[in-house]
Amino acid sequence: MFDFASFIPRAVVQGIPLLFGATGETLTEKSGNLNLGIPGIMYVGGISGVIGAFLYEQSCGGDVVPALALLIPLLSCLAGSLLMGLLYCFLTVTLRANQNVTGLAMTTFGVGFGNFFGGSLIKLTGSAVPSIALSATSSVFSRSLPFAADLGWFGQVFLSYGFLAYLAVAIALVAAFVLRRTRLGLHLRAVGENPATADAAGLNITRYKYAATCLGSMVAGLGGLYYVMDYASGVWSNNAFGDRGWLAIALVIFTVWRPNLAVLASILFGGLYILYLFIPSGMADKELYKMLPYVVTIVVLILSSVRKKKENQPPASLGLPYFREER
Amino acid sequence: MEEKTPAVQMRDITKRFGTTLANDKVWLDIYRGEILALLGENGSGKTTLMNMLSGIYFPDAGKILVDGREVVIRSPRDAFELGIGMIHQHFKLVDVFTAAENIVLGLHEPGRLDRKAVAEKVRAICETYGFDVDPDQKVYDMSVSQKQTVEIVKVLYRGADILILDEPTAVLTPQETDKLFAVLRNMRADGKAIVIITHKMHEVEALSDRVAVLRHGQFVGDMLTAKTNAQEMTNMMVGHAVSLNIRRPEPKDPKPRLQVEGLTVRSMDGILKLEDVSFTANSGEILGVAGISGSGQKELLEAIAGLQPVERGSIRYLEPDGGGAELLGMDPLDIAARGVVLSFVPEDRLGMGLVGSMDLTDNMMLRSFRRGRSPFVDRKSPRTLASQVVSELSVSTPGLGIPVRRLSGGNVQKVLVGREIAAAPTVLLTAYAVRGLDIGASHTIYDLINRQKEQGVAVIYVGEDLDVLLELSDRILVLCGGKVSGIVDGRTTSKRAVGMMMTKLGGDAHE
Repeated sequence: MFDFASFIPRAVVQGIPLLFGATGETLTEKSGNLNLGIPGIMYVGGISGVIGAFLYEQSCGGDVVPALALLIPLLSCLAGSLLMGLLYCFLTVTLRANQNVTGLAMTTFGVGFGNFFGGSLIKLTGSAVPSIALSATSSVFSRSLPFAADLGWFGQVFLSYGFLAYLAVAIALVAAFVLRRTRLGLHLRAVGENPATADAAGLNITRYKYAATCLGSMVAGLGGLYYVMDYASGVWSNNAFGDRGWLAIALVIFTVWRPNLAVLASILFGGLYILYLFIPSGMADKELYKMLPYVVTIVVLILSSVRKKKENQPPASLGLPYFREER
Repeated sequence: MEEKTPAVQMRDITKRFGTTLANDKVWLDIYRGEILALLGENGSGKTTLMNMLSGIYFPDAGKILVDGREVVIRSPRDAFELGIGMIHQHFKLVDVFTAAENIVLGLHEPGRLDRKAVAEKVRAICETYGFDVDPDQKVYDMSVSQKQTVEIVKVLYRGADILILDEPTAVLTPQETDKLFAVLRNMRADGKAIVIITHKMHEVEALSDRVAVLRHGQFVGDMLTAKTNAQEMTNMMVGHAVSLNIRRPEPKDPKPRLQVEGLTVRSMDGILKLEDVSFTANSGEILGVAGISGSGQKELLEAIAGLQPVERGSIRYLEPDGGGAELLGMDPLDIAARGVVLSFVPEDRLGMGLVGSMDLTDNMMLRSFRRGRSPFVDRKSPRTLASQVVSELSVSTPGLGIPVRRLSGGNVQKVLVGREIAAAPTVLLTAYAVRGLDIGASHTIYDLINRQKEQGVAVIYVGEDLDVLLELSDRILVLCGGKVSGIVDGRTTSKRAVGMMMTKLGGDAHE
């Protein structure tokens, strides 16, 4: 029998980085910015957290104060991804550069940035394996409720995660509520759908685009942080993050731009991503299973474009720069 | 006339775009309880002037007074706060939002977004002025006139009492126009100041109390509508006397040229665009095609031109000597290879007709580049043709080497029509040939079309201005929802009858 009690937690921890990334990207895309730099931003978020944690652990010699061990990586992660978001906005909103090109360049840049600093830190530690272990920080991030282990399968499925996992779900639900129900969300969606209309209605397009994109980048950056500190138990090695950033963008399309759906869909994606571990070996190559999330995304893309339901389409001005005096 | 203080006074307003002077020291007064028609040709600066009042542009010089107080309008929000609201020609609505969501967009009312309360308030406004809007309907489900109503309710919701409407009737049927005018009169009675931008004379006469005329960015004058007439206003707009009448020569020796039978076209999404359309277009005759926009006009022309897959039906081309050929199933190249010279002036000039970033010569070449055997294209004859078109149709362009997208709408159209006519067609298809053109340019185009007709060309003219269709066409084919609502004689029918046929198959039986 398939072991759900151990499969689901593993799917969840795979899904959380995707959920952060997808929520961040959805917020960004709702403002009409197609930020393909998300994989790079998540990477930068991860390495920034690592740098913060590394410096702190070094300075106190391994004897960490939990609150600081939590706050320092968190803030450095947010700062790193915010800078990436600001850079993206400056290029695409202020200078009106092509969003796709900028995004792809930022992904290349982010990965290079991460590998450069990752490599430097590994050299500094002089360790034998090409990775940095931040076990003290990680133990703070992955701390779950103390009684979770006593609750059997319930504790294992629902309560066995570090606080960032619950934060991811909370951010996704709040984002969904804000987008759907509030004036702010209405305005943001208007900016992404039809900036000329939003402009005529007196909304400051530049401000909305900057705010949504920077906030989205910070949320996505947390996905990188969760990956290193919780999922990978504080072990950074270059390129380990893999294609999760692209998977997050696929998840945005899969959930038709709805962060609340992303909560469950990210677990589904996480599950598909690790399904090969639970299939008797020899059935197929694991890379084929890792393909599954992309396959279902393509299927959703086809279905939603065949059904042509307006609400399920990407924001109408996604990827287009806005310039008021251009007619 | 009793002394009233103007709601808005614009004084010495000047606005420059690059080297063009869009508004040059314009003076304008707008009064409450009055409908002002702002008249002018294309490019005369009407919309620019009003955009400065609604905060889209900021004047380079001059001042604006609202209720006698000098104000600075830097953004649309500043304009709302002064009670100024503008309904733009291109609707500024978000398609996937409901009417109510669009109406509250950009407002920062205190408290959370209460959709029910908004819907109530919208209904209340609708009842006051006689609008018909469902606050919960999505904009993408709305007709053009419903969208316009949402725009008007939007500015009223914001408490505007100075309303500016930019060519509000361009997209409406006559019946919808009447409804809009009734609403505008209600608002005037309610003491609101209303400005409508238009270049349709009969609307000015029917609706406005006062007229102000702009020409080349300058204020020419204003007068009471009751004390002037269409001829005088046109002369003021154009700057010299023009004839407002469109010539309609009698068709000479009309013979069936194009016979369409049972034409049925389905769009890619499987929606029926044309159903069982049959008619005959005669040589030496203009067949007008009327209909609410999107009733299948585009599909009809494209099907004839071989650009649209057809479900069933037949399109027969009848040669003058009695022979005939079935055009259905052929693409434009096959049609040309058959020796049928078919010219098509599509609705989308810079999308289907011309390549915007290419110059005049290259655009002429689009029709001729396949000629000749040499691997090199012949650039000489298209250049000759281009300079011929420029001189014969008096296209105003700095040179033949300029990308057509930089020309004004009227000149782009002249280039396109000039090229199509130069092919010496036997069938000429035109879609909205004068859309966006001013009176002068429009009359040049009517003239060109009439000359083709006199040379025995079968002209199919899809138009949106019913007055023009009624003056220009020999017969009018009225489409309603993809079906032929009727074919009437352009000389004897009335605007009202055609309008009824546009909205209802066969029109009103009691008329």
